[in-house]
Amino acid sequence: MNQRRAWAVFRKELIHIRRDPISLAQVILLPVMLMLLYGYALTFDIKHVTLAVYDQEQSQLSRELVKRFQSNEYFQFIGYTKSYEELRDLITFRKVQAGLVIPYDFSWQYQSGKTAGVQALVDGTDSNTANIVLGYVQGVTTPYSEQLLMQRLRTKGPAKQESPVNVQIRFWFNESLESRNYIVPGLIAVIMTVVGALLTALTVVRELERGSLEGLLATPLKKTELLLGKLGPYFFIGMFDMFLVMALGKILFEVPLRGSGLLLIGLSAIFLIATLGQGLLISVQAENQLQAFQMAMLSTFLPAFLLSGFVFSIYLMPLPLQIVSYIVPARYVVTISKGIYLKGVGLQVLWPSALMLGASALFFVGLAIRKFEKKIR
Amino acid sequence: MPIEPAIVVQNLSRHFGTFKAVDNLSFAVKRGEIFGFLGPNGAGKSTTIRMLNGLLLPTSGAGRVGGFDIIKENDRIKEHIGYMSQRFSLYEDLTVSENLDFFGGVYGLSTERLRERTTEVLRLVGLENRRHDLTRTLPLGLKQRLALASAIIHEPSILFLDEATSGVDPISRRNFWDLIYAMAAAGVTILVTTHYMEEAEFCDRLVLIYQGRVVAQGAPRELKREVQETILAVHPDDLDGALHLLKGLPQVVEAAVFGDGLHVAVTDPAAAERGIEEILSAHDIALRRRPEPVRPSLEDAFIALVQRAGK
Repeated sequence: MNQRRAWAVFRKELIHIRRDPISLAQVILLPVMLMLLYGYALTFDIKHVTLAVYDQEQSQLSRELVKRFQSNEYFQFIGYTKSYEELRDLITFRKVQAGLVIPYDFSWQYQSGKTAGVQALVDGTDSNTANIVLGYVQGVTTPYSEQLLMQRLRTKGPAKQESPVNVQIRFWFNESLESRNYIVPGLIAVIMTVVGALLTALTVVRELERGSLEGLLATPLKKTELLLGKLGPYFFIGMFDMFLVMALGKILFEVPLRGSGLLLIGLSAIFLIATLGQGLLISVQAENQLQAFQMAMLSTFLPAFLLSGFVFSIYLMPLPLQIVSYIVPARYVVTISKGIYLKGVGLQVLWPSALMLGASALFFVGLAIRKFEKKIR
Repeated sequence: MPIEPAIVVQNLSRHFGTFKAVDNLSFAVKRGEIFGFLGPNGAGKSTTIRMLNGLLLPTSGAGRVGGFDIIKENDRIKEHIGYMSQRFSLYEDLTVSENLDFFGGVYGLSTERLRERTTEVLRLVGLENRRHDLTRTLPLGLKQRLALASAIIHEPSILFLDEATSGVDPISRRNFWDLIYAMAAAGVTILVTTHYMEEAEFCDRLVLIYQGRVVAQGAPRELKREVQETILAVHPDDLDGALHLLKGLPQVVEAAVFGDGLHVAVTDPAAAERGIEEILSAHDIALRRRPEPVRPSLEDAFIALVQRAGK
């Protein structure tokens, strides 16, 4: 492999990009535009919110409350935990979507006429879903509270009553439920898909269309050198866009980065390689730029936007779409991105996604190279 | 000790399924020669060039280009040859010097050497004051020269020109051939494929290809001598009508339109002349001049040779 030759192709590709101001503008403006375009209010009917309960008191009153949740069709009671940590872990590892903590003095508070508080814990990384779950929880506790109030009125008379049961809700991972906090991490995936797949597909097809490939083949240039030189600039552009999104996220929106930035960059780079592979594959299959554009939109951009968990929660999609999302590489990078940004977790939690990401990178790049070689013949 | 030819090909064949694109080709090209590969479209010229370039492996046979084996050493071949096709392989949105930079880099020239060579080739092809122009803005004749410059930036000893003058005006084509002569004089071996007969006249030696096979080999002069029939130039008023009539005459081997008249190949000129004048006057077609024998053109030679091969 001769670096000088690959470098010659790389340099030429940079000139092409520079002389194509439209593509260049897209590449820089797009992240900024998408960043400013957030604000999706989306509701799906959420059924069967998985719920776990840490009941410190285990009294008749607390069990009554839990029974209310169990018999409610919007909740799916998973079980009791023996500790707060266990409950927290269940939420962190996404085994349940919501948790309920009933304090040890729940009944005592109620008996003494005060307000008995319970704590509901909801996974806030998807603030739309979290809001809805909040509504459901209140939908259970409010009627219960009113019922108890009626009972108390009957027994004790109309003295000044506190609302018997009140729910204190904490949204984990995204306390302020800022939608921008979950838009920004997912945006990285979408941007990289545009650069890696769409832009690449268009430019390589342009070269193939032009017929200049024939002249190149008669030179000592090897296929690997050609591919490295041609795709190299787009790799760097994709990474630059990623830094741009991260920087804007910090400066404009103060999105917190709780986990390891290095891990995020490393895994995102792997995702970028996967999308470059997809872009190359498309450019080999497509016959012209229009086709390449359409194929890239359908097979990479739309799935990255709709099926990756970027805005729409995968767990709330109908089952067939959930299954499809497993073969969308963007899904894994969005999980990783949100995990690192909002949950501050590392590879111990994210390793399955990282593994799938690596596998998809190998798959797409390998397939693309094989098809490219066959096309040249 | 004889000097090894620049290119030698032995029983070269290339099949695509049952189709024999190239069928048992053998020829040799001397160093510094301008060698022409002549034949109609689909005759197998491009396929042969691709095999000589190391782009395609032959089905059978052998060859050496610049001393390197076309099967086992095709990587080395690419380093020592230049290739220019009718598509020019230039990048329209790059400037003249950027295109040369790219090809220089691809051929592994050092920055220093590349700078020197760029100046040299630009001077050779006459594009020095268009160094920073976008290739897109160049007229076709200049693009052709730039394509040539890119193909020789690494000073190859062998140059392949694959229909490199297609679609270019005659004056530009003439200028282009001046460049080719200059390079051949400097010792570069040049293999030209073309279907323009007049370009074939510019070559030192020719090989005529038809349906993948060699029909004839030799200098243009020699090939014209191969024509055994006499060629009569006939100038009737009604070209189409006359052509139709003359083709039917027994003394006529072949007749075709040539310029503003007809070239008629005959075995017995005297008898043929009489027959021609008779049949034309019988159909009221006047002759502007008397039919007269002319030297056979390369086109005549080609047609005659192809016919002979077909038998």
